[in-house]
Amino acid sequence: MAIEIKMPALSPTMTEGRLSRWLVKQGDEIKSGDLLAEIETDKATMEVEAVDEGVVTEILVAEGTDNIAVGSVIARLSGDDDTENNTADAAADNSDASSEAPAALQVAEAAPQAPAVPAAPVVAQIAEELDWDGPTKTMTVREALRDAMAEEMRDDERVFVMGEEVAEYQGAYKVTQGLLDEFSDKRVIDTPITEHGFAGLGVGAAFGELRPIIEFMTFNFSMQAIDHIINSAAKTLYMSGGQMGCPIVFRGPNGAASRVAAQHSQCYASWYAHCPGLKVVSPWSAADAKGLLKSAIRDPNPVIFLENEVMYGQSFEVPDHDDWTVPIGKAKVVREGTDVTITAFSIMVGRALEAAEALAQQGISAEVIDLRTIRPLDVETITASVRKTNHLVCTEEGFPFAGVSSEIAMQIMEHCFDYLDAPVERVTGKDVPMPYAENLEKLALPQVDEILQAVHKACYREGGR
Amino acid sequence: MAPKTAKTAQKRGRPPKALKNAKTLKNDVPETDVLTSLYHDMLLIRRFEEKAGQLYGMGEIGGFCHLYIGQEAVVVGLQSVAEEGDSVVTSYRDHGHMLACGMEAAGVMAELTGREGGYSKGKGGSMHMFSREKNFYGGHGIVAAQVPIGAGLAFAHKYKGDGKVNMAYLGDGAVNQGQVYETFNMAALWDLPVIFVIENNQYGMGTSVNRAAAGLDLCDRGKGYGIPGMQVDGMDVLAVRAAGEIALEHCRSGKGPYILEMKTYRYRGHSMSDPAKYRTREEVDSMRKQHDPIDQLKEMLLREGVDEAALKELDKQVKQVVTGATDFALSSPLPHEDELYTDILVENA
Ligand SMILES: Cc1ncc(C[n+]2csc(CCOP(=O)(O)OP(=O)(O)O)c2C)c(N)n1
Ligand SMILES: [Mg+2]
Repeated sequence: MAIEIKMPALSPTMTEGRLSRWLVKQGDEIKSGDLLAEIETDKATMEVEAVDEGVVTEILVAEGTDNIAVGSVIARLSGDDDTENNTADAAADNSDASSEAPAALQVAEAAPQAPAVPAAPVVAQIAEELDWDGPTKTMTVREALRDAMAEEMRDDERVFVMGEEVAEYQGAYKVTQGLLDEFSDKRVIDTPITEHGFAGLGVGAAFGELRPIIEFMTFNFSMQAIDHIINSAAKTLYMSGGQMGCPIVFRGPNGAASRVAAQHSQCYASWYAHCPGLKVVSPWSAADAKGLLKSAIRDPNPVIFLENEVMYGQSFEVPDHDDWTVPIGKAKVVREGTDVTITAFSIMVGRALEAAEALAQQGISAEVIDLRTIRPLDVETITASVRKTNHLVCTEEGFPFAGVSSEIAMQIMEHCFDYLDAPVERVTGKDVPMPYAENLEKLALPQVDEILQAVHKACYREGGR
Repeated sequence: MAPKTAKTAQKRGRPPKALKNAKTLKNDVPETDVLTSLYHDMLLIRRFEEKAGQLYGMGEIGGFCHLYIGQEAVVVGLQSVAEEGDSVVTSYRDHGHMLACGMEAAGVMAELTGREGGYSKGKGGSMHMFSREKNFYGGHGIVAAQVPIGAGLAFAHKYKGDGKVNMAYLGDGAVNQGQVYETFNMAALWDLPVIFVIENNQYGMGTSVNRAAAGLDLCDRGKGYGIPGMQVDGMDVLAVRAAGEIALEHCRSGKGPYILEMKTYRYRGHSMSDPAKYRTREEVDSMRKQHDPIDQLKEMLLREGVDEAALKELDKQVKQVVTGATDFALSSPLPHEDELYTDILVENA
């Protein structure tokens, strides 16, 4: 049976090529692996090896021929019986060979075809939040985070905490205080200064069905590890066709602290929120910090949990409940109002509330939304508010370009443009690396005054920029 | 974990002669049926990869496609001494590893052709396939990313106390990445049961190992961490097996990580679009003619009295599997467009 040798594609983009030289001639006997010809692509000259075995019966394209289309027949071999199953078009000849396919992978014979309508992204179901009017305890954000981890570690043997100084030192910011004593060094693990390594190790442990909590001393150092966060953690479920998710929490302080300058003061909310396959959470209050961290640890997906160093010491009321959780993906209206909506997350919620208080004095009723989760963004809560107030000011500590606020503005245009009485305003960190000088740092960070100005502008009040 | 005080004196990373030691330790030639199955497994990879190369030429496989031809003895030898439940992780040059882990040729081939029947529903491609069932954890496109992941899988083995070992395969180019040393340190510090298998095929893309790697032999790269290393003739499947037994026994008995440097060779270009002009045809030919792992084993089988016709029959069976896989890979439909938005997050958890 004759075997056709076709012009091969030798690069992802090659459509045709030049046959520069034949390395065999008619009558030659060919073994698999023998060189057949030299072919010149748009990028390089490559040697082509034989896959099939047999005797060259015909050479159909002369040396030096240009523009030979990929797939056209360039030579023929005579095959013996042994090689019949190995020809390029054996697929067509061999109708019952598909029984070789594993049962699990058997698919009904069907021509490859592309269905017509691409689906919209699936909208995740979000659990309802418990409405708590029971007793509460006063605690700091730091304690709330620690308690969340301790409770989940008591509940689930698979949960462990790993990071720099999390164990013996009790946490660089004391967030893991007491965990080593209670859970031993099997589950509270000090790492070398090895972010890329231990983030990747955490991903592997999650693949191995553990539930890692990977602490970055601050999120600035997560840039060392961002490859594992994005390429290994976020994409694996997709790349494995849904077989293998990565249940992991990357947590630590994010954003500006105080005077630690450019390399240690950056908000990563929009960086990580940009990437499909991650959830990004950034709480403000202690109750949310606790409830969201517990949800993050239980979530089957990689969750980026952005804390804030300045917030660690602040106290809030936290439900006195033995399993307080807050659903990921749900924003919270922290102050109701009718004239303007202000969105914020993390430390900016406090500033937005302060601004709302000042605005009330001026007769402007501001509604403040704590986003709590950046991705998936709770567009519904924001649009419901904008439909009521018709004005929107977005705030964040991060850089303005391609920031969380830009995304919210776009979402609002897509969902309720007609309800806006004025363009959306944003108040963000300035578009500069964080300066060290006290005065300059203050200028770089978004302040309450700027929120007031932005609201005035959005509401066409005096004092608007 | 308790800080390490005194680590038992580690064997020095051994020069190539150590390979002879490894061999003499377990010198007996395995039973014929073991040899035959090694032959079968290597041949399956060889034929599978040849077919993949051909399908690439036909435009049925796109993007990057890194063939394993020439290196078959490494993964086949090691996986032949691994235990059910030991985990494996590797780079983008992963087709051979998947077959050696027992994944179905059809599912792998269909992933290469980007079809619904592929291991990742066509969404991962040549470099990104996984099988939890076969303890194969990828298929990673970023050079060396699989190394800490392997240590993490080993961490999980140890944590769960399941007695299993991870094999993390990496290239001679990958071995220069920083995260490899971060991982060596942690793996040694915590006695993780992981074998770092350096597949030294002499080139990282177009850069020969001596243009990229300073210092000692790659098997000695763990010296500073007290990780024992051994250099092995990776073209000799029996040498690979013997070394694998030593390393596995070391890891399983709780002594921590082990490094195996497999001296091997890839016959084809780095990927399908690599004209491989950085080496001579003579170099490739001499490796093929004098060191081919399959030819070497075939000669041994014949010496052991296995009849040539039996090997021909085996050859035929392997071809049939590859043909069946190819048929499946070409007839399985493209993934449904709805899949574009699936598997991004686990829903309704
Ligand atoms: C971090 C990173 N840098 C560069 C590349 C591009 N790249 C892919 S493979 C490769 C060479 C790796 O060589 P080696 O580790 O020896 O493995 P081999 O391909 O020989 O199996 C390079 C540079 C990459 N994928 N990831
Ligand atoms: Mg290499």
